[in-house]
Amino acid sequence: MSFFERVGLGKPQSADHAKERLKLVLIHDRAGLSPGKLEALKDDLIKVIEKHIDINTREVEITLTSDRDQQRLVADIPLLSPKARR
Amino acid sequence: MSAKVITVTSGKGGVGKTTATANLAVALAQMNEKVVAIDADIGLRNLDVVMGLENRIVYDLVDVVEGRCKLRQAMIRDKRFPELFLIPAAQTRDKTAVSPKDMVKLCDDLRAEYDWVLIDSPAGIERGFRNAIAPADMILVMTNPEVSAVRDADRIIGLIEADEKGPGLLVINRVKPAMVKRGDMLSQEDIVDVLAIDLIGIVPEDENVLIASNQGRAAVLDERSKAGRAFVNIALRLKGEDIPFDELDDRDGFFDRILKFGRAGGDS
Repeated sequence: MSFFERVGLGKPQSADHAKERLKLVLIHDRAGLSPGKLEALKDDLIKVIEKHIDINTREVEITLTSDRDQQRLVADIPLLSPKARR
Repeated sequence: MSAKVITVTSGKGGVGKTTATANLAVALAQMNEKVVAIDADIGLRNLDVVMGLENRIVYDLVDVVEGRCKLRQAMIRDKRFPELFLIPAAQTRDKTAVSPKDMVKLCDDLRAEYDWVLIDSPAGIERGFRNAIAPADMILVMTNPEVSAVRDADRIIGLIEADEKGPGLLVINRVKPAMVKRGDMLSQEDIVDVLAIDLIGIVPEDENVLIASNQGRAAVLDERSKAGRAFVNIALRLKGEDIPFDELDDRDGFFDRILKFGRAGGDS
């Protein structure tokens, strides 16, 4: 391993790629919610919230986080800025 | 005496459950423990060939469960270790021929007389897996350093926890230290971090495992086999001994080098 790879400046190592992919797939597996279903949930959520408040629908982010003890659905829903609302 | 029932399972097929069961059984027998290995993979039996006992089968697990023979009659004595037995799976039936309750009863009948009952689980998460984990006091979850195998191990860990059999202990099989070192294989730290269960063994990839199983013997009988030594370490940890996790130390010891030198000089 070269010095640059050792300090993380070389090409990304395939094991790191594997670990990232694994983490992501396990988050969905553990919650029993596929990425497709999460997308559908997001669309439904936007529809409901929009009835009550103006939101920036394009920047809504729904993510699953997970460790062995606790799974969490995290929603980041930016409101439309006052300028855009006028 | 009260046997500990250990089930070896993985979710994914081909990660080395049968090899591990055979090697752990022989390793424990070598330590003068009384061991029964049960092949729970009904319809796809293989523990018999890995242990080199395929020619001695008369009765099998399903014969016991359905009352065609006594438990004792289906137990095949190992060629080398008189206190090691195999209960083979039936080859012409399917997983529904046995129920989880049957497995619990069978193991309870063995507990009084033996130290260890090792169960080789089939791949999958269906009936065969349920049968295999039902009587377990402890579950070994096998995986390989591959995304697919680790994903399946996570699923299995979830299922055994839901069944209150958890958390299980992790065995990482077929690790290639050189690939881990150059960052092209998931490391034991990566896998333990993702799965969040305790490790009980790391087994390096080792040609001797195939060479041994070609002959129907266990790699643990070969003192030069690194995988064999790793299985011995797992057996010692099962017995409660505190053994450091240095299986992947790929520098050969002094004696290994002498042996290698001797073999290279002698054979070629």
